[in-house]
Amino acid sequence: MTTKLESAQTAELLADFEKKINAEIKIEPSDWMPDAYRQHLIRQISQHAHSEVIGMQPEANWITRAPSLRSKKILLAKIQDEGGHGLYLYSAAETLGVSREQYIAWLHQGKAKYASVFNYPTLNWADIGAIGWLVDGAAIVNQVSLQRTSYGPYSRAMVRICKEESFHQRQGYEIMWRMMQGTNDQQRMAQDAIDRWWWPALMMFGPHDSDSPRTSHAMLWKIKRESNDVLREKFINKTVPQSELIGLKVPDPNLKKISDETYTHGDINWEEFRQVINGNGPCNQERLEHHIRAHREGAWVREAALQSDFRNQ
Amino acid sequence: MKAIDNQGELWEVFIQSKPGQSFKHAGSVHGFDKDNAIENARDTYTRRNEGTGLWVVQSKEIIAVALNESDYFFEPATDKIYRHPTFYNLPEGVTHM
Ligand SMILES: [Fe+2]
Ligand SMILES: [Fe+2]
Repeated sequence: MTTKLESAQTAELLADFEKKINAEIKIEPSDWMPDAYRQHLIRQISQHAHSEVIGMQPEANWITRAPSLRSKKILLAKIQDEGGHGLYLYSAAETLGVSREQYIAWLHQGKAKYASVFNYPTLNWADIGAIGWLVDGAAIVNQVSLQRTSYGPYSRAMVRICKEESFHQRQGYEIMWRMMQGTNDQQRMAQDAIDRWWWPALMMFGPHDSDSPRTSHAMLWKIKRESNDVLREKFINKTVPQSELIGLKVPDPNLKKISDETYTHGDINWEEFRQVINGNGPCNQERLEHHIRAHREGAWVREAALQSDFRNQ
Repeated sequence: MKAIDNQGELWEVFIQSKPGQSFKHAGSVHGFDKDNAIENARDTYTRRNEGTGLWVVQSKEIIAVALNESDYFFEPATDKIYRHPTFYNLPEGVTHM
């Protein structure tokens, strides 16, 4: 009897929820939402937050070896932004009823993932250029689309992040451009960097739509607004002309221009993607260990701060 | 490492973008006390001169209308259309009103 009543109530709540989604009304933390919607957001937003924070590591590798004071200051500001993006996103994720401690614990236990692209090493300065241009460039395409996500706190975090991202891609592209105007060795380094970062950047958009079981649900509830393949193609169409302009070659022998501003691309090595996402990339262990160590070494700061709790209230 | 590793209280952040303007909600931060919270808010939300003023308020101190009650709560305002200037009829040609 009760269950019948309950399921009738749930059906009503669900209809109400879907009406809001269809009317482009944002879902807010205190609103009723289906459990699957909440679980999808918990996974997606925390994965996004972890990516921002773990992504600081490959870039931090070059702070002390930046070739000028100018580039060092830019890189520091860029990495600080990424830390901030992580904080915006953890705050948004916390509104779903999971604590920040819990999210970080899931990351440390290997239960939560982050973008596999950050498991590749940064071998030389050109990699900093390639990350800003390609990795941030790909992230921007995704994040611009997510500004219209149906969950209010996630959407607002995306708007703020997109505003801040605009310099990230430019500083990376500027590095590549300057190297392409430099010596033969510098040009070779720049080409080597795009050769290594191009495919991981394309993989950032996730599996093809035909192999992406979660996409349809996420699209239905407008958590995602555009599919993986649509976003990936947008990125390719924007980026190929940028590479040609400065004399870099996209490392895809099957890349074909099919009309004025559209390209088709060669096959993506999904086996590599699976290996890296499941922990077997070149730097997975290093990235996670570093995060765990930094978190542990900062514990005394949090404890000390707690002792002085509300000292000025 | 403890399972629950305290990260401080939750605070809501409000930014005033120009003097004289109203403060607008920007998001939230963690902080252990007032000083710590407002400094974290500055570092997290105003790295590009977004504000000339900044408030932080402990999230638990905020009183909000429950969303499912909002229709009922704001209902007294809906039937008083005479509060809007467009409600009134005016003679043709009247100016400065
Ligand atoms: Fe970011
Ligand atoms: Fe970025």
